[in-house]
Amino acid sequence: MSNNIPADLKYTKSHEWVRQTQNGALEIGITDHAQSALGDLVFVEVPDVGRALAAGETCAVVESVKAASDVYCPLAGKVVANNVALSSKPELLNEDPYGAGWLFRLEADASADMKSLMSPALYRTFLAEESK
Amino acid sequence: MGLKTPLYDSHVKLGAKIVDFGGWDMPLHYGSQIDEHHAVRKDAGMFDVSHMCIVDLTGDRVREFLRYLLANDVGRLKTIGKALYSCMLLPNGGVIDDLIVYFMSQTWFRLVVNAGTRDKDLVWIRKEAVQFGVNAVERKELAMIAVQGPNARRKAANLLYPEQQAAVLELKSFCGTSFGSWFIARTGYTGEDGFEIMLPATDAADCWQRLLAQEVQPAGLGARDTLRLEAGMNLYGNDMDENYHPLESGLEWTVAFDPAERDFVGRAALERAQREGGKELVGLLLEERGVLRSHQKVQLNEAASNDLTGEVTSGTFSPTLNRSIALARLPKTLEHSVLVDIRGKLHAARIVKPPFVRHGKPLIDIRKES
Repeated sequence: MSNNIPADLKYTKSHEWVRQTQNGALEIGITDHAQSALGDLVFVEVPDVGRALAAGETCAVVESVKAASDVYCPLAGKVVANNVALSSKPELLNEDPYGAGWLFRLEADASADMKSLMSPALYRTFLAEESK
Repeated sequence: MGLKTPLYDSHVKLGAKIVDFGGWDMPLHYGSQIDEHHAVRKDAGMFDVSHMCIVDLTGDRVREFLRYLLANDVGRLKTIGKALYSCMLLPNGGVIDDLIVYFMSQTWFRLVVNAGTRDKDLVWIRKEAVQFGVNAVERKELAMIAVQGPNARRKAANLLYPEQQAAVLELKSFCGTSFGSWFIARTGYTGEDGFEIMLPATDAADCWQRLLAQEVQPAGLGARDTLRLEAGMNLYGNDMDENYHPLESGLEWTVAFDPAERDFVGRAALERAQREGGKELVGLLLEERGVLRSHQKVQLNEAASNDLTGEVTSGTFSPTLNRSIALARLPKTLEHSVLVDIRGKLHAARIVKPPFVRHGKPLIDIRKES
C-alpha cells in the first residue's frame, strides 16, 4: 500500500489533501493512499471555476476501474482554478497525486478554519487506525 | 486468512495487491490493471487460475453421462484433446455453472468449473453420475496458469522441449495435449490467443518464474475481468446464475438442441422458454463519460414502466475502447439505445452485439451514430 504523506500538507478523514499556495489560494487533491486504494483512475470530474462550495460538500468525482468515489470539499470557499488536464489524462492522479494530479484551487471563505484539518502525523495515525 | 494457490508467495513477491475472491487470496493487480490489460492485448500476460476447480470424470459410460449432464453436446468431441464450452443446468433451466470439458480418452473427460461454485457443482455431478457408474475426482494437486496474448503461445512454448514445442504450437483452437502430468490447451478467457496450462502444484512456482523470464506480464483478477468483458464472455454469478436460463444469458449458442433425441438436464424447460420469449443479454456501449457497473438500472425509454426495465449484469471501463462497456439483461426490444441510471442520472447507452474486442482489435465503432 502506498503511504506517501508529505509534511507540508493538511489532510481530511475522507483522504483529501490541502496545500497553502503562495498567493493564498488552497490547492486540493486526494492522497496517495486514496489513489492507491481506488486503483487505475479512468474518469475525473472537477468542479467548475466560480462555484461556491461548503465545507464537506461533494465537489468532485474520481472514478477508477473498480469504483466511483466522491471528493468532499475540505473547507468552504470559491473555486478559482481546476485541473483540466485530468479529463484527458486521469492517470496523472495515480502517477502524481500531490503534484500534476491536483484537482482544484479554492479561495477560502473568511470563516474557513484550517485547524479543522489533520496534520501529517495525525493523518498517518488515522490511516493506521483505519487499516486495523 | 483465505485459501491460497501454490503461486501465492510468487504474487506477494511481485508486490501484488491481494484481495479475497470467493474465499481465495488472489492478486487483483501487480501495480496497474490497465497496463496488465494492454500487455495481454498487445504482447503476453499470465494469470494464476489455480483457484478454479479441475474435476476428472472416469468410467465406461462417461460420454453418455456428459451428454445427459451438459446443455452442449459432448458428442461433438471427436478427437482426443478437444474442448467444449457448456452450461450445466438445473431441470428448470437455471444455470448451475458454466465450464469447459476436455476429451482426454474414451473413458476420461476433464471438467474445469468455477472456484465459487465447486462445492455445489461436485455435489450435483456426483449425484447425477451414480446412475452412469461414473467417478468424479477433484484434482486438488494441480495448479493452472493461463498465458494469453498475441505472443503468449510462442513465449510459453519456450519452456518446453523442442518436440513438445512443435506439438503445442500445432494445437488448433480449443484443443489440448498432455505431457506426463502437464496438460496444455489452446483455450482462455480474454479474447486473445493463448494457452491454459494445468500442471502439478509443485511445478507451478518454477513455471511462473520461467514465464517471467520470457517477459510474460503477470496479470491479476482486475485485468482478467476487463479482458473477458471486452471479449463478451459471461462471468458466472454476474451474467448468469440459477435464476436465469442460457437463452436469457446470451448463451443460446452453447445449447445443442440437435440431435432432438438427446435428453439433457434442462432440455424441456429450455424448449418451453424458446416458445415463450423473455429477456435477453445484450452488450451496451456508454455514449458519454462515466462507468457502467453491475446492478445499475436500464430503461428502454424515458418513461419506463417496470416491464420495460432491465439491469446491468457486468459493467466496466474498457481500456481498449477507452469507453465504458457492459452486459445487460433487458426485455427483448427493437430499440438501438437505452438509458442507464448511473448514480441518479440517466445516461444514453447504445445496444451492441458483443464481443467488443477480439484479437487486439475493436469490433465496435465508438463514434456516435447520427
